[in-house]
Amino acid sequence: MISLTSPVKTAAHGWPAGGKLALLCAATLMLFAVDGAALHLGFLAATAVLYALPGRVFLGAGLKRLFVLWPFVALILLWHLITDDGAAGATIALRMVTAVALANLVTMTTRLSDMMTVVRWLTTPLRRFGVGTQSIELAMALVIRFTPVLANKGQALSMAWRARSVRRPGWRIVLPFAVTAIDDAEHVAEALRARGGL
Amino acid sequence: MERTVALIAIFAALIAALGLLPNLMLTSGVPITAQSLGVMLCGTVLGAKRGGLAVLLFVGLVALGLPLLSGGRGGLGVFAGPTMGFVVGFPIAAFTAGFVMEQLRSLPVGLAAGIAAAVGGILVLYIFGVAGFMMVLNKSLIETLTVFSVYIPGDIIKVVLTGLITSGLARARPASVLSRTG
Repeated sequence: MISLTSPVKTAAHGWPAGGKLALLCAATLMLFAVDGAALHLGFLAATAVLYALPGRVFLGAGLKRLFVLWPFVALILLWHLITDDGAAGATIALRMVTAVALANLVTMTTRLSDMMTVVRWLTTPLRRFGVGTQSIELAMALVIRFTPVLANKGQALSMAWRARSVRRPGWRIVLPFAVTAIDDAEHVAEALRARGGL
Repeated sequence: MERTVALIAIFAALIAALGLLPNLMLTSGVPITAQSLGVMLCGTVLGAKRGGLAVLLFVGLVALGLPLLSGGRGGLGVFAGPTMGFVVGFPIAAFTAGFVMEQLRSLPVGLAAGIAAAVGGILVLYIFGVAGFMMVLNKSLIETLTVFSVYIPGDIIKVVLTGLITSGLARARPASVLSRTG
């Protein structure tokens, strides 16, 4: 399964994931605490520099990921132009883009395994209350393994539908899809028990 | 225990896989994804606790950087964007749907699941979604509701589908509908 971590190696890939997450929290809180369009333009420019540092490929990938925000930016700018409050609209739009860009930056420069380490560290206190943290990790691994498996089965179902009908496969395939998923879950549970269980 | 973990994990994967299905299109042209259908199903099929955990697992993996949301979105940016309220609200919506489902044991499965999905997947989910939108984009309640009202018809369809699918599952795999079996 493809994760959203950038294949372009940056210096930030080596930084501790916990530190990056703490920095991100602080930066996001600050973004929402201060006002002023000029200030936020500066923040966005600084973020853009961070994206540009690792090179063109990284910058392109980052921009592509931010592109999904355009309907919201358009909505905000349009709304505030109509209500004649362009400066406030610019602040809101700039802040949103910067906040998402910074968060994406952490995701792009942190490997899934490093994130998992942070999760393990965060969930350790739960062990004292008798929560089996190893089953959380097993469940995560199962989701990562089974998402492509289920996606393939869903595709097979919709192809089977197309073979029999001229209409588009709609919600009707969701029921057999869910039944397949439940059967898979029962098989996995059986296999886990057969291997000694949790 | 193994069964619970496996069902929780597979349902989390099911939400992700439903996000990969092609969008169902309403006659009004507003795209609806099957992803929130998956969230509702988690609650109505697995019940409050397990359903909530399944969706929490899904949202957790999105936060860690897996592109599991519909359209291949994921990562921490989702939690800073304007739709973050919906993502944060997903587990609570599933928990609520499961809770309502468990309270309505005397009703037929399909009807109970429909009511549960409406309370969890529309009412509770939109409280979080609207709050998140208002927070990120600094909009008033009325403005936000105007934006989201186009999605309500699609959500009502998903509520009906949740009822139909849950009752179908209760017939096809009765032992796995944990919200009814305990």
